[in-house]
Amino acid sequence: MSEPVLTVRGLGAVSERDRAPILHDVSLSVNRGETRGLVGESGAGKSTIGKAILGILPRTVRVTAGVIRFEGQDLLTMPAEPLRRLIGERVALIPQDPMSALNPGRRIEGQLTDGLRLWRGLDGAAARKTALKLLDEVQIRDPERVLKSYPHELSGGMRQRALIAAAFALEPRLIVADEPTTALDVTVQKQILRLVRAMQRAHGTAVVFITHDLGVVAQVCDEVTLLFGGRVIEEGRTADMFERPRHAYTRALLDECPRYDRPKAALRPVPAEVIAGLRAEAGR
Amino acid sequence: MTGDLIAARDVHVAFGGGRRLFGGASPRVEVLKGVSVRIARKETVGIVGESGSGKTTLGRVLLRLVETTAGRVEFDGQDITRLPETSMRPLRRRMQPIFQDPLACLNPRHTIRRIVTEPLLFHGVASGRSEAEAKARRIFDRFSLPSACLDRYPHELSGGQRQRVGIARAALLAPDFLLADEIVSGLDVSTQAQVLNLIGSLSLDLGLAMAFISHDLSVIRTVCDRVYVLRLGEIVEEGSCESVFSAPRHPYTRALIDAIPLPTITPDWLLRTPAVEAAA
Repeated sequence: MSEPVLTVRGLGAVSERDRAPILHDVSLSVNRGETRGLVGESGAGKSTIGKAILGILPRTVRVTAGVIRFEGQDLLTMPAEPLRRLIGERVALIPQDPMSALNPGRRIEGQLTDGLRLWRGLDGAAARKTALKLLDEVQIRDPERVLKSYPHELSGGMRQRALIAAAFALEPRLIVADEPTTALDVTVQKQILRLVRAMQRAHGTAVVFITHDLGVVAQVCDEVTLLFGGRVIEEGRTADMFERPRHAYTRALLDECPRYDRPKAALRPVPAEVIAGLRAEAGR
Repeated sequence: MTGDLIAARDVHVAFGGGRRLFGGASPRVEVLKGVSVRIARKETVGIVGESGSGKTTLGRVLLRLVETTAGRVEFDGQDITRLPETSMRPLRRRMQPIFQDPLACLNPRHTIRRIVTEPLLFHGVASGRSEAEAKARRIFDRFSLPSACLDRYPHELSGGQRQRVGIARAALLAPDFLLADEIVSGLDVSTQAQVLNLIGSLSLDLGLAMAFISHDLSVIRTVCDRVYVLRLGEIVEEGSCESVFSAPRHPYTRALIDAIPLPTITPDWLLRTPAVEAAA
């Protein structure tokens, strides 16, 4: 197999405020055209990893160890300006909340074509043509109207489609999708998941998919990294983790998920000793 | 009917339609279009639907927090549709809500002690502060909430703790009917499991009737006996969870069920399209 698009090795981070560990020895990789799920409960560190990849960590988090290798370069040691160009042009983000990711005071057209004008040097007409094509590709039926709309005039699903179009606009090699469907209804979620999958396959994009939903991981990810307290608990092909979970925590998590195909019953929460074991391992 | 604790019959609710400040008419939106539900004592009933289906409005109708434009709401055999607030008050203790975001419904300037004991004094369930506090401590114990929480403010607790405080506040009043509106949607799965188990054992012990509103069919399946599927202000299907989940009759119910990703590898799930999706 060719070299992965993104490789993270031994990534460690601490909080600037109290030196508390946030990430410890996190390693993962994503291949071209594949999806790597980052899954865990709140505080597991999944979003921090996403932000580290995009170079948008808050000042309160300091990276203490590790390498993030993308396109043959270590993002953590690159000077700011080339880093900005590389990330801006070749990495994209699909955020969780499309309402706060879009500027409420600008029409969709401008927001969708910013990248095309800035990085590709397209003029207004050419950028508009590309934008229409992109909106068509994300199955928006009335692209002309959407381009003229303000974010509040669109439904949640439409806004998320517009953001997906924006993410794919520059043909990025890597997309970080941070809980992209958490705010959506299930029927819309399924359409969006299917769309991201189809676009990714068509463009050969690698995707880091951050989610707390094990169901979503099982259906859309090729590989998965399960995190707890900033550490990798289990990692591998998605099918392996769901069919033969190795860690007690993984098994417990799968057990406690409410599922519509199981009759009314008490759930088995993660046993306290499993959590205690994980905490001891993490040294907190 | 004798077994029903609470019932809504052919309820319509519309918002808007009034005059605006400068004379124009605001658009009238029908949120509920003739909805009937009934909940028996000791029964947990799920109300499921997507955003805009009217599920939250329906819950509020049952508690009479929203006025109906047509239809009837009954509580314990009494018509409460137009009951004046003074006559509602003694019933209010018996019908308690728990909402989605406990941070939004717990007063940020009050200590947890005040939040949980004040309703007890207001409704005369406890005769004085010391009795109210003793009751609170007992239930905190049972809910695995450290009693130190009593001196804290809502923002100082974790999400799961806050939700348990919300449940404790409602349970302390020994209600007959509990409305749980999306109470686990903001929580992690492990916290979710704790809260759901707590709610389950509570309804069993207190013999509560409960309306459990959620967009998540998997959660509904875990806690409910019966379910109503709501879509655009109308009930499209109702029945026991067992029959609705194993043999959904309405295409919308099928689409809803099919759209849930299960934590089990299902190779064709993503590409499988139920016929109704296009219509939805």
